[in-house]
Amino acid sequence: MSTKEKEPLFSAKNLRIFTAPLSKENPITVQVLGICSALAITVKLKPALVMALSVTIVVAVSNVVVAAMRKLIPERIRIIVQLVVIATMVILVDQSLKAFAFDVSKQLSVFVGLIITNCIIMGRLEAFAMANKPWPSFIDGLGNGAGYGIILIIVAFFRELLGSGTVYGYPVMTKLGFYSTGYHNNGLMILPPMALITVGIIIWVQRSRNKSLIEKK
Amino acid sequence: MEHLLNIFVKSIFIDNMVFAFFLGMCSFLAVSKTVKTSIGLGIAVVFVLLITTPVNFLVEHYILNKGALSWLGKGFADVDLSFLTFMVFIAVIAAMVQLVEMIVEKFSQSLYNSLGIFLPLIAVNCAILGASLFMQEREYQTLGEATVFGLGSGIGWMLAIVSVAAIREKLAYSNVPDPLKGLGITFILTGLMAIAFMGFMGIKL
Repeated sequence: MSTKEKEPLFSAKNLRIFTAPLSKENPITVQVLGICSALAITVKLKPALVMALSVTIVVAVSNVVVAAMRKLIPERIRIIVQLVVIATMVILVDQSLKAFAFDVSKQLSVFVGLIITNCIIMGRLEAFAMANKPWPSFIDGLGNGAGYGIILIIVAFFRELLGSGTVYGYPVMTKLGFYSTGYHNNGLMILPPMALITVGIIIWVQRSRNKSLIEKK
Repeated sequence: MEHLLNIFVKSIFIDNMVFAFFLGMCSFLAVSKTVKTSIGLGIAVVFVLLITTPVNFLVEHYILNKGALSWLGKGFADVDLSFLTFMVFIAVIAAMVQLVEMIVEKFSQSLYNSLGIFLPLIAVNCAILGASLFMQEREYQTLGEATVFGLGSGIGWMLAIVSVAAIREKLAYSNVPDPLKGLGITFILTGLMAIAFMGFMGIKL
């Protein structure tokens, strides 16, 4: 920006940084980042929520750290520096999950560790934090974490509802009396392939509503 | 021997990195456009997995585990460094990728030219870190098991990316609904392949 004026904390520009990743620049369906973990832990809503929160924290905090150090990091070794920052955050998240939410930590198994190589974080550090001040970077991290979380929650909601007949552990299908009419849970929904297909359908819906995202070939 | 063969077959088909755990999806989706480049990346992944998994096994058993440092002397007998696992594993992977790149460049120029661009990408491929973490979680006991598991996972990943790339090449001639073009149809395609791979489930040697 050319003007020396101090920007308000919640300016329109910062708001746009936050809302863009929610739909138009969604990290999963548009930027194609961080797919690995998005698919594997969406069988139930609870681990998906915890995962979304962990990723949001890690991406926001490491964005701030890297943005604060961006002028000190030598160009050639920046990937290693970024990896160390991310790994530190992930170790913190992993240890606190083990301490306060052991069950969920067991369910997420290796996928907490895999946040390190989650491309959302690397991607945002490279594309945004290396070129921006800490505060916008923080917002960018929150926005991308939220965009990632939304997709995670949508996928997990449908997989849990159709696959086990519950929502966040609450037996919706039993309460509504679906089983007495002869309804059965769709076992395929909790198996890995349906995660891919569900994301495929979300992309389909999103792109048919927003034609500008369609890939031309 | 049979035991090792079992791990090998299991890691290729049943616990396939892509179809069962979705590891390495980012580069998988980005590179699986043509068969030629996907073979290049596939070979690079096999190569790096074959080296990093056993190295991380040794690091875990002789440095990180509780009591693993006892070879340094009595005072180290109950040092527990396992909370550093992530950081050490990722550092080992980054260093190994660099090393492999240098060795390949020195000894085989033609291999370097075909793998060159992919090698740096691999350090942040989650399949590599994932294999090391699975190796730790499943508590493989010997170096042989870890090596075979690394090799098998790599081959499984390569199999997946090459076959999906082959289908995507053919897909260019078919009439896909506009909003599904590109990313969407690839997801659904991979999902259908994953269903096919589930047919291997339950096989035991």
